[in-house]
Amino acid sequence: MESALEIKDVSKRFGTRWAVSRLTWSLPMGKSLLLTGHNGSGKTTLLRMIATATFPTAGEISVFGKETRKHRDALRHEVALISHASFHYEDLTAAQNLSLLAKFLDAEKPGVVKELLERVGLGERADSPVRQFSAGMRKRLSLARLLLKQPRLALFDEPFGELDPAGITQMEGVLRDLTARGTTVVLATHLIEQGLSLTQERLHLDQGRLSSETVHHQSPSAQGPL
Amino acid sequence: MKPKISLLTAAWLVLRKDWMIEWRTRARLTALIFFSLSTLLLFSFAMGPDINALRAHAAGYLWLALFFASVLSLGESFRVEGENQALLGLVLTPVEARAIFLGKVFGNASLLFGLSLVLLPVAVALYDIDLAKAPLALLATLFLGSVGISAPGIVYSAISSNARARDVMLPLLLFPVLVPLLLATVNATKFCLGPDPQEQLASWLKLLCAFDLIYLSLGFLVFPKVVEED
Amino acid sequence: MPKWAPLISLVLVIALMIVHAASASARAWVWKVLAGFGAIGVVVVVYFGLFFAPREAYMSDVGRIIYVHIPFVWMCMVGFTVNVVCAVGYLFKANWKLDALAEASAEVGIFFGACGVTMGSIWARPTWGVWWDWDPRLISTTVMLLVYVGYLAFRSFTEDPDRRAAWSAAGVILGYVTLPITWFSVQWWNSLHQRQSDSQTVDPAMRVGYLFSTVAFLALFFVFVFKRYEISRSRQSSALELPPLQAPAVKPEVSA
Repeated sequence: MESALEIKDVSKRFGTRWAVSRLTWSLPMGKSLLLTGHNGSGKTTLLRMIATATFPTAGEISVFGKETRKHRDALRHEVALISHASFHYEDLTAAQNLSLLAKFLDAEKPGVVKELLERVGLGERADSPVRQFSAGMRKRLSLARLLLKQPRLALFDEPFGELDPAGITQMEGVLRDLTARGTTVVLATHLIEQGLSLTQERLHLDQGRLSSETVHHQSPSAQGPL
Repeated sequence: MKPKISLLTAAWLVLRKDWMIEWRTRARLTALIFFSLSTLLLFSFAMGPDINALRAHAAGYLWLALFFASVLSLGESFRVEGENQALLGLVLTPVEARAIFLGKVFGNASLLFGLSLVLLPVAVALYDIDLAKAPLALLATLFLGSVGISAPGIVYSAISSNARARDVMLPLLLFPVLVPLLLATVNATKFCLGPDPQEQLASWLKLLCAFDLIYLSLGFLVFPKVVEED
Repeated sequence: MPKWAPLISLVLVIALMIVHAASASARAWVWKVLAGFGAIGVVVVVYFGLFFAPREAYMSDVGRIIYVHIPFVWMCMVGFTVNVVCAVGYLFKANWKLDALAEASAEVGIFFGACGVTMGSIWARPTWGVWWDWDPRLISTTVMLLVYVGYLAFRSFTEDPDRRAAWSAAGVILGYVTLPITWFSVQWWNSLHQRQSDSQTVDPAMRVGYLFSTVAFLALFFVFVFKRYEISRSRQSSALELPPLQAPAVKPEVSA
């Protein structure tokens, strides 16, 4: 069976610094991955490479058997990323941002935007410009973006940061919901407890390299075919 | 997988999005208008009260004011895209880079064209020019000129928004490229406003069209390489 | 100066360039030969231009500047053309050697162009009575210089080497296309204003002089670009090496 995610000897350089060095790893189909590591360990870079926002300097990454560089157009329909950069237009309202995305995805149906905003708890602020949003609200809007796209592979870069406890619970709920519906999730977070309960595999990065702390774990909630 | 919407639809959506942002930040737009108005005024102050000299050079002043304003509007156009990495968000949506190019070129061109329409009556007041001589040709010149500024302008703005000192980089990269455009627009405008004994207007308009087509197609070709990594 | 001198020397110089490009072992000495030829050639041309060449009919002794002025401008154009070819090539196939060559040829091109335009200006003053004129050649060359000054400035203001190469290539292609358009529009502008054209019949001896001079400059140009290219490559090389493989991932070598 092909892997959901295949990382083959991947290195990524920024200027003269190597953010990711000679990383090799693969994630079986149907599993979700927890990505841990200190600040600057290369988690964000790795996620951005998987999301086809940037590409490896050397080596290659395949998602669902498709190489990212070559099949970027197809993969972008299947992959969604929640990261520090929220991709929103500050001057447009939450609803406008979402409906713009819906139009680009050709997924605009009456009520879909409103429904999504209700779901992430932004129903009342739908018509405020994003500029007035707090960091937590922006995260919720990013979540709505991801839900609108309904990706096969969902990438989360520190999804719990800046959220209030209610938001964290909600985010966890969404993550569980996604995995239950068969979406592959890659989750980078410092909250290892939450992360472990949501995923089956773990990859620990240390200065852009695979760390010896990396262990395959089996969380009680998941039934992997291992 | 094929893109779900066509290139032109995507370009139209990008254009509409830019208009929406302009409308929601109309305070910024107003500031831009007043900036170009004061440029026109400054030219008139610098030249003194000789109305004949002012009238003779009115076309030049008008286009220089538009050039300066275009640097601001182009820079602003990609500052907006840079916030929250919105441009990357579009690329990952995915929206074709070429659609982004077309949408943003015509978004910016329509802004400049609108600005030029605002400047015209002021130029009449300051430089005593006559707009009624060839109004349609004048509108065509203004529109073609706006597109001609925007087509290379969007590419250079996308490039320079990544550099340090980007506010200086944009005009440094853009203005040399616009030299032939400046020549063509100023001459065409001059012949729209004043006598045209040798009937040169048509040839300058043709040059303008050629410039627009060349830079639209070049930008269309290279823009994907600008916004995307290989 | 014999009539065949420019052609023979051109063939020799191009042959040496091909040898240089084709054979890695020849690279150590070919550039020295070309540099030597270029240096001697320039001395010969200056001597010829100042003492042997016929006086220019309309411009008196000032006209003697063309023996260096024309080669300077031509080499500038060669440099920019090499640059834009590399830029187009880079967008098709991202190769760092092309980027290094593009950078080298742009920088050398600017040097030659700046010298050429300055000399043109010096020449114009006694000839046309002004430092600056609405001449298509002068304006196109100056616009080109500005484009490339922007190009180099942009390169020095951008960090990421991969993106810098792609961005500057895209930008410079747009800039290069301006050259013919500027040329054309200035010519048009001039013709509409009924300016007298300043075409002169050129004395064959003069022609031989500046053609030979151009070949000598070409040799020097090649040496400059090659040396500058080597500098670019050595700057890149530090960034090109992959990091070492991770210790646990490396299989222990089987030693005897």
